[in-house]
Amino acid sequence: MFYIYCPYCGEHREEEEFHNHGQAHIERPKDPDSCTDEEWGNYMFFRKNPKGLHHEIWVHAAGCRKFFNVTRHTVTYEIKEVYKMGEQPKVVAE
Amino acid sequence: MSEVKQEAATVSYMEQLADASIQGQSPLFHADLATVAKSGPKTGGVTFKEEALMGHITLRLNAENADQLKAAEKALGVALPTQPLTSVEKGDVSVRWISPDEWLVIVPGLKTFEVESALHNELSGHYQVVNVSGGWTIYKLSGANVLDVLKKSTIVDVHPSVFPVGKVVSTAFAKSSAIIRRSGESEFELVVRRSFADYLWLWIQDASREFGLVVEA
Repeated sequence: MFYIYCPYCGEHREEEEFHNHGQAHIERPKDPDSCTDEEWGNYMFFRKNPKGLHHEIWVHAAGCRKFFNVTRHTVTYEIKEVYKMGEQPKVVAE
Repeated sequence: MSEVKQEAATVSYMEQLADASIQGQSPLFHADLATVAKSGPKTGGVTFKEEALMGHITLRLNAENADQLKAAEKALGVALPTQPLTSVEKGDVSVRWISPDEWLVIVPGLKTFEVESALHNELSGHYQVVNVSGGWTIYKLSGANVLDVLKKSTIVDVHPSVFPVGKVVSTAFAKSSAIIRRSGESEFELVVRRSFADYLWLWIQDASREFGLVVEA
C-alpha cells in the first residue's frame, strides 16, 4: 500500500483514496490535422513502461478530487516526489 | 467567428422546497428514528443523531480572487476557510473546505434559498453555486467510544494530535465516502450521500453494538 502525500490537502493519505491515471506529461499535438499517422498513434496509444523512475498522474478521488503528478520507482515502489499539475519533476531518470 | 457578446451572465435557480402540504422526508425517514430513540437504550458509548433536512450548497470560486472571497464572506456572514482541511462555523452557517476551489456550505433547510440567492447576488465572474441538499444528509456521532467506531470504519487517522476540532476530511468511510468533521473533543459530523444513508446507518449500528448505541431523534 502507498501512503501518498496530496499536495492540495497538504497531508499523507492511504492509497485507497487515490486513483492512478497513467503516464504524466503527455502532450497533445498542437495541430492534429497535420500529424502523421505515426505521430498521432504515438500520442494516442503508446506509453512508457520503464523499469525505474516513472512520472504518473494520480487523482485524490475520495478527497479533494484534484489531479497531481507522482514520480515513482517501479521496482522499489518508492515515491520520490509529488508535484502539482503544470509543474515539472525535479527527480528525473539519468 | 461571430462577435462575443459581453453580457452579464444570468443564472437560473429556484426555491426547491415544496410548500408545507408536502412532508419533507430525510433519507432515514423509513428508519423512524423518533421511535427508535424512545424505545432504545438511554446510555451507551456512542450517540447517533441524524441532522436531517439541512441545506447543502456547493460553492466553487477562485480562492486567489480577493473580490470573490470578499463577496462570499458578505453573503455568508463568515469568511471562507482557505486553509486546507479546515472549517468555520458561525451561528447556523457552517462551511467545510473540500478542495482549494470548493467549499460545502451547510445551513438550516429553510434558509437554503436565501443563502443561495445571497451568493448569486454577491458573486460575479467565474463561480458556481449549486443547491445539493437532496444528495446528502448529516450524521452526528458522539460519546466516549466515538473514536473506536471511527477507527473501525475509516482509513484516516482520527487521533486528536492530527485530527483537531474543526478539521474536515473527505475520505472513505465503511467502503462508502463521507466528509468527516470533528465538531468537538468526542463529537463528529459525517456528511454522507443519501444513497448510502441506509447502508451507513446499518453499519454504524453494527460497529457501535459492542459499546452501546444511543439514538437521539
